[in-house]
Amino acid sequence: MVEGQIPIEEYKTGNTEHKWDLKKIKFAHRTLFSHKYKKRDISRGFANKTLYVNLSKKEIKEKKVTEDMKKKFTGGRGFGLKLLWDSIKPSTRWNSDENELIVSTGPLCGVTQYPGSGKSLCLTISPSTDIICDSNVGGFFGPYLKFAGFDALEIQGKAKDDVVIVIDGEKEEVSIETAPLEETNSHLLSEQLTNLYASEDTDQARQKVSIVSAGKGAENSYWGCLNFSFYDIRRKVCRMKQAGRGGLGSVLRNKKIKAIVVKVKDFDGVSNNPANPDKLAEVGTKLHKEIRDLDRYQCNMRAVGTVHLVEIMDEYDLLPTENYRFGCFPKAPKIYSPEFYKLFTKVIPDGCWHGCTMACAKTVDGFTVMTGPYKGQKVTVDGPEYETCGCGANMSLWDPLWILEFNFYCDTYGLDTISTGTAIAFYMEMYEYGILNKKRCDGLELCFGNAIAALELVHRIAKGDKGEFLSIAGKGIRRVKDWLIDKGWGDKQLIEDCGMESKGLEYSEYVTKESLAMQGGYGLTLKGPQHDEAWLIFMDMVNNAIPTFEDKAEALHYFPMWRTWFGLNGLCKLPWNDVEPANNAETDDPSKVPEHVQNYVEYQNAVTGWNIEKEELILQSERCYNWQRAMNVWMGRGRRKDDWIPYRSMGPVTEMEYKSREERYDKQLIEKLKLSKKELEKKNIKEKIKILYEFRQDQYQKLADAVYFRRGWTPNGVPTPQKMKQLGLDDKKMLDMLKEKINEDEKAGLNVWGGKYTKGEKPPSIHKRYWEKW
Amino acid sequence: MDKAKTVKILKFYPEKCKGCLECEKACSNIHFKTDEGKEKSAIRIIKENKKFTMSVCNQCGLCIDMCPVGALTRKKNGIVWLDVNKCIGCQACVGFCPIETMRKSEARIEPFKCISCGACVRACPENALELVEEEIDELKKIVYYKQGA
Repeated sequence: MVEGQIPIEEYKTGNTEHKWDLKKIKFAHRTLFSHKYKKRDISRGFANKTLYVNLSKKEIKEKKVTEDMKKKFTGGRGFGLKLLWDSIKPSTRWNSDENELIVSTGPLCGVTQYPGSGKSLCLTISPSTDIICDSNVGGFFGPYLKFAGFDALEIQGKAKDDVVIVIDGEKEEVSIETAPLEETNSHLLSEQLTNLYASEDTDQARQKVSIVSAGKGAENSYWGCLNFSFYDIRRKVCRMKQAGRGGLGSVLRNKKIKAIVVKVKDFDGVSNNPANPDKLAEVGTKLHKEIRDLDRYQCNMRAVGTVHLVEIMDEYDLLPTENYRFGCFPKAPKIYSPEFYKLFTKVIPDGCWHGCTMACAKTVDGFTVMTGPYKGQKVTVDGPEYETCGCGANMSLWDPLWILEFNFYCDTYGLDTISTGTAIAFYMEMYEYGILNKKRCDGLELCFGNAIAALELVHRIAKGDKGEFLSIAGKGIRRVKDWLIDKGWGDKQLIEDCGMESKGLEYSEYVTKESLAMQGGYGLTLKGPQHDEAWLIFMDMVNNAIPTFEDKAEALHYFPMWRTWFGLNGLCKLPWNDVEPANNAETDDPSKVPEHVQNYVEYQNAVTGWNIEKEELILQSERCYNWQRAMNVWMGRGRRKDDWIPYRSMGPVTEMEYKSREERYDKQLIEKLKLSKKELEKKNIKEKIKILYEFRQDQYQKLADAVYFRRGWTPNGVPTPQKMKQLGLDDKKMLDMLKEKINEDEKAGLNVWGGKYTKGEKPPSIHKRYWEKW
Repeated sequence: MDKAKTVKILKFYPEKCKGCLECEKACSNIHFKTDEGKEKSAIRIIKENKKFTMSVCNQCGLCIDMCPVGALTRKKNGIVWLDVNKCIGCQACVGFCPIETMRKSEARIEPFKCISCGACVRACPENALELVEEEIDELKKIVYYKQGA
């Protein structure tokens, strides 16, 4: 931090400067329709109104937030689920007119005293999965949306031509304007719109504007992310955070929305009008001090952000390398955090919302772009974060500069780095096996480590290349699997096992082969394989703290519920366990970080004036979690078959993988499958792989059995009406639907356990329709 | 812009102090127009084992880096100044102050701090306080060393 105390006026990024004819751009705008509203004071974290925009019907209205809605759905993602339930049909798909894009805030969103309190929750029906995808994101948009008067924004319908939606908290007006002349790619568009809508030509005024956008890549793929801007007064740059997963940006562009702009008049530390601001300051300051004293000895977030994970994952064989074939690699030290620390600009603070002293949002300023339309220009790259580095490892790119290049273009094109990277890694593996080749890849030589080809793929997708491969490649692994199988190229089983997707969504960047619980953490999820529901690898694999199926099921109940809670409130998960109190290890349950859980109890009470205990936090989540699963069931998914995961995430698919960890796998065959050494010696690798394959598949099904039972679901993974009623969810349409689906499953013979239980083993319940007794 | 090279900071002579806390009263008067002192005062005199110690901002300026909205700046006279109108009350400066002298009172969400105005010096009947000139670079060195730089 030696670069400290750079006066705000003096810091220079060295980026290429752009001169825009803003008057001309603005003059080209035509207001299509608008709506005046009256902003009321926020009361204890709630604006008590949501904003509804229908682009097809040219309608804008305000919806009331009822007390019942708060009681059942809390806020944030919960509100999003409620709004979707009221608006879509089970047949709604990502590009249906009635599909909605929702940006929601939560009662604690916009608080400045507690680190990590500026998250927006975005929901839509995903192009990748055909079910709800929720994604959380930093940046100023969420807090400003609330301070402009709305707990959530709900957009339905589609515009005819590119529009911007402007929520002006200063004029108290929402307007839909055509936007023909702006750039589409986010790093330029955010800059243009921030300058266009700032009240004055000052950094302070620019800091009061936030833009949501997605670039050309989002238009032409299913990997579209949403870029949420936050103006950095030190760098004088519109920085961006991404709602990455599930193609939210593709939905934005499908609706012909170029950007959403929000602007606030002013705000301060008590704009949420918390019930108890002193308590809030007390709890927040306590955490600031903890971060001050401990972060540099724990995660070092303030210096390098989430990149500190690269070396840890590499050490524990968890860093996905060459499409998850391996968990570590000799070249990995080239992308360890010290290498990125050298490149990061050390200007603090780096929080993506005010008051976040965890400050994990790092940048590289003045980065010289090496390829594509911005080649030669100097830009600010936000990141990379761990996941993006993991993608680098997965594609076998071991140069920090190429990871930055990949990061920059994915961001500005509005592409999710995770889906893009994981998918390219799969294409590269298929290329290695000859299932894909240069001809089949529209001229791209997609071998592992070919950074130029990887970037070229990204550029061509963003350009809307109509090549047979490129038009399917941007739709992700699931579609490419179907395409390859349809073409008859390669072995179907190999293709299914290698492609790291579940439910149609690409995996995030952890190797889960040796952690059964984490396989569940990816597979037994709502939206697909993302680690935001649970991260249990150390608890399971390293510390062996959850050895039985029941233990794992308990963890796969508690942690997904706990982590869901952040999304209901507009919070970031990181300050919960990426810094821990000094005495955390001595507490009853260190993995839960009890002191921080208590902070959150006090925090939510201090804002809302509620008087809840920690158990209620889990209940708040359970309501929404079950609601979302029920909606998945309603849309035809959310069953055991949909919780399928590829074998690459469970164990060694290929002989090379087995050989690379032969000792480990042989040992397991002896210890877990009771093979004698003699028997083992007689078997060739193919046979050993097969034995392990069947064993691990069965383990996963047994895990699913235990988890479904613990969560109060049927053996086919459907939330039971009895469970819903226990949670206080009494929506008749929902309960009737669940009854009907469970009966359908019953007739189809699907209400049975998935594991093969032998002597001495028991399924979670021996009673048929056990839930009816609850 | 001319940058300040030195700044006046408070020096305390504990042997002279009798613990009357006139300094705290004068300070809370400056910040909150009240004689309450204590948590409304930027300077605090603490009695420990019959000895007095002073806790007050040394104008090191680490907090300037912490402020997300640029509300903390170093003024021409070298002091670190919090602009209450810009401040959004996040308490980052309070939490990260290495000597915990950025203060927060219940009177408002925005913190407050010593601005070397000298009110406490003038109020002290025992001449136990004095404003002395220090090199800013020296102050910074100490704090950044402590922060692990």
